[in-house]
Amino acid sequence: MSATRKKLVGVLALQGDFEAHQRALETAGADTLQVRTTEDLDRVDALVIPGGESTTMLKLLVYMDLLEPLRSFAEAKPVFGTCAGAILLATEVTHPSQESLQAIDMTVERNGYGRQIDSRVVMLPFQGGELEAVFIRAPIIRRTGPGVTVLAEYQGTPVLIEQGRHMAATFHPELTGDSRVHALFLSKL
Amino acid sequence: MILNNERWRLNVGLAEMLKGGVIMDVINAEQAVIAERAGACAVMALERVPSDIRKEGGVARMSPVRIIREIKAAVNIPVMAKARIGHFTEAQVLEALEVDYIDESEVLTPADEEHHIDKKQFKTAFVCGARNLGEALRRIAEGAAMIRTKGEAGSGNIVEAVRHIRTIIKEMRHLTILGKEELVHEAKILGAPLDLVEWVAANGRLPVPNFSAGGIATPADAALVMQLGAEAVFVGSGIFKSSDPEARAKAIVKAATYYKDPVKLLEASEDLGMAMPGLEISKLPPEELMQTRGW
Repeated sequence: MSATRKKLVGVLALQGDFEAHQRALETAGADTLQVRTTEDLDRVDALVIPGGESTTMLKLLVYMDLLEPLRSFAEAKPVFGTCAGAILLATEVTHPSQESLQAIDMTVERNGYGRQIDSRVVMLPFQGGELEAVFIRAPIIRRTGPGVTVLAEYQGTPVLIEQGRHMAATFHPELTGDSRVHALFLSKL
Repeated sequence: MILNNERWRLNVGLAEMLKGGVIMDVINAEQAVIAERAGACAVMALERVPSDIRKEGGVARMSPVRIIREIKAAVNIPVMAKARIGHFTEAQVLEALEVDYIDESEVLTPADEEHHIDKKQFKTAFVCGARNLGEALRRIAEGAAMIRTKGEAGSGNIVEAVRHIRTIIKEMRHLTILGKEELVHEAKILGAPLDLVEWVAANGRLPVPNFSAGGIATPADAALVMQLGAEAVFVGSGIFKSSDPEARAKAIVKAATYYKDPVKLLEASEDLGMAMPGLEISKLPPEELMQTRGW
């Protein structure tokens, strides 16, 4: 990272836990901006799409004509999506099928583990140690393309992946106070 | 202590995902589909919306199971349902039905005038109403993973929602300037556990998301409570008792996201038809107030 200026990372703030992401990114050493318009998007070096309800976020992206600007942004700059954000980044979404940004070559099944009663906290092997992963009505990555690298797995399916400059997690690294996953994303800038 | 309870943390996590969103009351699957299409982040299943409960009187209970099942089958967003205050077996039924959130709600007729549900006995997440900080912290100590200020449900009048969010924010701000020994005294006055009082004093906010409910009828109402510090809104009668529910639902969703942007609020406020009729709170007899149920 540049010594003179911290990177400005946008967090899509239409709906969801965007403030938790801002806290994690700031701990990892970035400045942050809540992104709600194309003008906000033009200012940032990278974007995080937070957890939330992917159906709701998608509706707002469509109403506010933000879908195409986000697609163009992802063609040039890094994007990291968690949970609902991962769903929005996928090339294909199932259960049910819905529109997406097509930035990462993967198929994601919504609510893959079931309802809220099936939500869970687990410890995952990560970077030679352990990572606490909070899954909340989480999706499951059912297929990844050849360009995708798996960084962490749970029950035999990928839960943290990267493809070039983009990253996606089906869990919520922003909810644990451990900012290693956010630091990894910042290393791509 | 509740702050170290893993299940509670997961349920607070789900509440985090609803921030910036709108949770809409629906009485059947058809309304649930309209709410989801308009951008609701969750729906609340109930038998009658609060304004009808107010009008028709009688005992208001948990929704019929069939309606909740139909709503769950109709939408992908989280489904919440209401149980009566203190009615822990209604809550057990709702948990067996696997709703995502249970609202122990003053909108229904209380089943117990002294005790709320011991929410720590459940895996399912609970949301509870509160009018002030002491009430919010008592509910959190019992296991609530989300607080919504009560307002006055079914009134179409925002004045009580404003009063309650302002009260909680002011009481939290006050705690942040007190010394340790003063917090013990304050905990006694609030009637709240000291560990939670200390947590609020250190962090300046509740340990769970703080949403607003009870009286929101327009996009500007939603933006008002959010500018005052609410993190999301519940809209009950305000949508399906208005003249054009789908347009109003969309507009309130937009207002919850762009609550600080006057130009976008103006856009959201255009061409909405008639809002629900409103009630003047001071003209309501005290026994008809819903906010005074529970403590």
